[in-house]
Amino acid sequence: MSIIKKINAALKSRDISCAELVGKYLDAIEQNQDLNAYITVTAEQAKAAADATDKRIAAGEDISLLDGVPMSIKDNITTKGIQTTCASRILEGHVPIYDAFVWRRLKEKGAVLLGKTNLDEFGMGSGTENSCFGPTLNPHNKAHVPGGSSGGAAAAVAAGLCAYGLGTDTGGSIRQPASFCGIVGIKPTYGAVSRFGAIAYASSFDQIGVLAPSAEDAAVVFDTISAYDEADSTCVEPGLRGGRAVKIDAEIKGRRIALIKECFNGLPEDISSAVMSAAKDYEKLGAEIIEVSVPGMTYALPVYYILACAEASSNLGRYDGIRYGHRTDSYLNINDMIMKTRTEGFGDEVKRRIMLGTYVLSSGYYDAYYKKAQNLRAEITDEFKKIFEAADVVLAPTAPSTAMKIGSRDDDPVKAYLGDILTVPVNVCGLPAINLPCGADARGLPIGMQLIGDKFCESLLFNMAHVFETACPQYSKRLHMGVEL
Amino acid sequence: MAAHIGVSASRSHKSMEKYELVAGFETHVELATDTKIFCGCTTKFGGEPNTHTCPVCTGMPGALPRINRKAVEYTIMAGLATNGKINNLSKMDRKNYFYPDLPKAYQVSQFERPLSIGGYIELDSGKRIRINHIHLEEDAGKLVHKGGKTYIDYNRGGVPLMEIVSEPDIRSIEEGIEYLEKLQMIMRYIGVSDCRMQEGSMRCDVNISVRPAGSEKLGIRSEIKNMNSFTHIAKAMEYEYTRKVDAAENGEILPQETRRYNETTGETEGMRTKEDAHDYRYFLEPDLVPMRISDEEIEDIRKRLPQLPAERIRIYIDEYGLSDVDAKNIAKYKNVAEFFEGAAKLVKNPKTVSNMIITQIFSTLGTEEEKEACDLKISSEQLAGLIKLLDDGQINSSTAKKALAKMLETGSDASEVIPKEQMGGLSDEELGALVSEAVAQCQPAVNDYLAGKEKAIKAVVGYVMKQSRGKADAAKAEQMIIAMVKK
Repeated sequence: MSIIKKINAALKSRDISCAELVGKYLDAIEQNQDLNAYITVTAEQAKAAADATDKRIAAGEDISLLDGVPMSIKDNITTKGIQTTCASRILEGHVPIYDAFVWRRLKEKGAVLLGKTNLDEFGMGSGTENSCFGPTLNPHNKAHVPGGSSGGAAAAVAAGLCAYGLGTDTGGSIRQPASFCGIVGIKPTYGAVSRFGAIAYASSFDQIGVLAPSAEDAAVVFDTISAYDEADSTCVEPGLRGGRAVKIDAEIKGRRIALIKECFNGLPEDISSAVMSAAKDYEKLGAEIIEVSVPGMTYALPVYYILACAEASSNLGRYDGIRYGHRTDSYLNINDMIMKTRTEGFGDEVKRRIMLGTYVLSSGYYDAYYKKAQNLRAEITDEFKKIFEAADVVLAPTAPSTAMKIGSRDDDPVKAYLGDILTVPVNVCGLPAINLPCGADARGLPIGMQLIGDKFCESLLFNMAHVFETACPQYSKRLHMGVEL
Repeated sequence: MAAHIGVSASRSHKSMEKYELVAGFETHVELATDTKIFCGCTTKFGGEPNTHTCPVCTGMPGALPRINRKAVEYTIMAGLATNGKINNLSKMDRKNYFYPDLPKAYQVSQFERPLSIGGYIELDSGKRIRINHIHLEEDAGKLVHKGGKTYIDYNRGGVPLMEIVSEPDIRSIEEGIEYLEKLQMIMRYIGVSDCRMQEGSMRCDVNISVRPAGSEKLGIRSEIKNMNSFTHIAKAMEYEYTRKVDAAENGEILPQETRRYNETTGETEGMRTKEDAHDYRYFLEPDLVPMRISDEEIEDIRKRLPQLPAERIRIYIDEYGLSDVDAKNIAKYKNVAEFFEGAAKLVKNPKTVSNMIITQIFSTLGTEEEKEACDLKISSEQLAGLIKLLDDGQINSSTAKKALAKMLETGSDASEVIPKEQMGGLSDEELGALVSEAVAQCQPAVNDYLAGKEKAIKAVVGYVMKQSRGKADAAKAEQMIIAMVKK
């Protein structure tokens, strides 16, 4: 059941005031501080927004679904007047002077911001361990990571510390933590949601999306944030999106679901069988399962790491200590200042990716790496395009593992990169994909699967996910930590 | 016209003749759009530091660029006006380097697919200086050094800039300056830039090398960066040419180098050699989508281009009978040319119009900028009205001159400023009769004149003017008097 609808009904029937509701959420956040889901809690702003909602209700206004609903924003999305850090020392104390497009849209609808959630520095990581504010813990098991980079948002949603959260997904950063925390996470089509105000990691991959308890919740928020924004040139005009609107509770009989052979290679047994059993559930619901092969899939990971790092090396050049953020205390000259500032301000993983990216763009290496990766990107995109001639959606596991123990991958970055193997193809091709829970491992840690759609087919994904959730409610494990309605 | 540059006397002429100068220009031209290339900030020159800025042009985290279509259109216009070919698919790239005036640590520019490819500018000699390409990019901010500290002003950051890259076709300083003057004239003409060098809206880098005369191989070049006056460019080229010739004569090999011109010493100084050149790590700007420019759009822009100076000069000479010098003087400024053409087509002799513009109107338009603007109180039609009175013999040339001065001051019509008694000038017969009378009456003065006192003729002319109460054309009267007494 949609938490947004529940809150909306409770507010409208005046079972609870928005101020009380927000108070409960703020209490829950405080009681669960050990999760370290939030970097900044915006209690004062939240209370003021709640009062505004209460006034609208008192005035008899017909409030929108998102009005008064407490939510969170990943700390790499700009919020005017509220510190936005990207979990990096280099931006510690940085207070943006403008709102991201998505936050402006939600604010107009009366959304109540509870705070800014933790992440891997600049979105680089898959465990929310690479944060200068310390790791976020998985609410299902605090010894484990919540996934990343939107781990703060995923943990907050799973623990009931907000109704929904905005995250960003560059190589799986919404879907993988959603999978590790047993919630829904939508990574929209590249160009569906304005990136204006999303602090860039890799511009041609980054996309803002939603982490929520259910597909219906994610759909409501997505509808609001996916408006056209001319300030982002890569945001696609509504007339060119071409996707069809599908109702959230539409029949799925006859829908063709493709399983990609390559996705199951070397997959742990429990994950593989959870996804296969979900496929059977879909079959029972009337969908047809077909098997396809995407040979290019194996190249998606290197393609992603070459291109994303290349873009990152350029995107992160602006953090030089001159205009905002951290600046080193003592320096000899301007170059020394820039070098020291960056050395002190960036964490190891960010430095690693900047160096990788700088290398692949260097003259003499450009053709061998960057250019080759660009060509492969086009080929993989074509391979995926062909699938959607035969199938409506692709069903795949979201991650090759469940949430790992905190600190278990510290000394092996490549192993950590390999964990992204199932999520990055979606970003490489700019496709939409949604994670939804489909089981748990022996330790009770959630297993997630993703439905991948053709460009701008988000509504079909929401529908497919919603029908599954409704038919198989046993997978959506509610945690009883935060706010209960 | 090109400043004349003498080769310094200390060098032997002989060694100079042995070496050919080879040069090409990279010319940066700021586009005259109202707003910046990627945001809505004004492009106005000056302003309190950092007041013409926003999150986009200061590279705030999360801000994204949006291309100014006008800047694209202006670059296309520049391409077409210099005979270039417009790419139907053009892309923006990032040029990465760290410098405090570059807030994103990359400049959005064009590397692989610039807007315009090829083209040329034709010199007076008929020689064509080929253009390699024209690309669009953003300007950087400005460092201000004050009291031992350095401040940054980002007002200029993000102003659209066009880089016009020539081939190394230039063989002399004079050719180089002529190329730049022609380029400046064309850009002003089509209205894409005011090209004010002192304000930095036109800046040049020159690539220069020398080679033994007759050789086809290019020598090792040096690039002199960022010069903003024709005089400096000429001096820098001369210095660099001499330096290279001297080195060649001494068997010395100079490195490929980036240099700057020192205005105080008149010399060029090394900045960096090829070894420590930047690796700009160009790659596709992912925040902007490739620009598709259809043939229809290109044709549409071509149709809207004004007639260019070269074509106008040809018409002025061939069809209007203007002298080469006058034609160039008029055509140099688009607004003057249009003013001229407006009047020229209404009168019998367009030369009268050009004479009035060059001798009288130009003296009220003192600076280049004023000529550029050609902001006059009178219209072409009003000037033509005055000339018609002159052509009809209604007024004489000195009356016309005074009248024009008054018209330029007040914006009135000729009929309003000419005193009634000076109107209705003399017919040729009337003037002829007065001249005969004057020669008869002023016999002593005529004798003096014939004896060699040239000035004495003025007395005879004075008689004519007096008798006609100033209506006679003094110049014409003088001619007739001389003709008569010399018979």
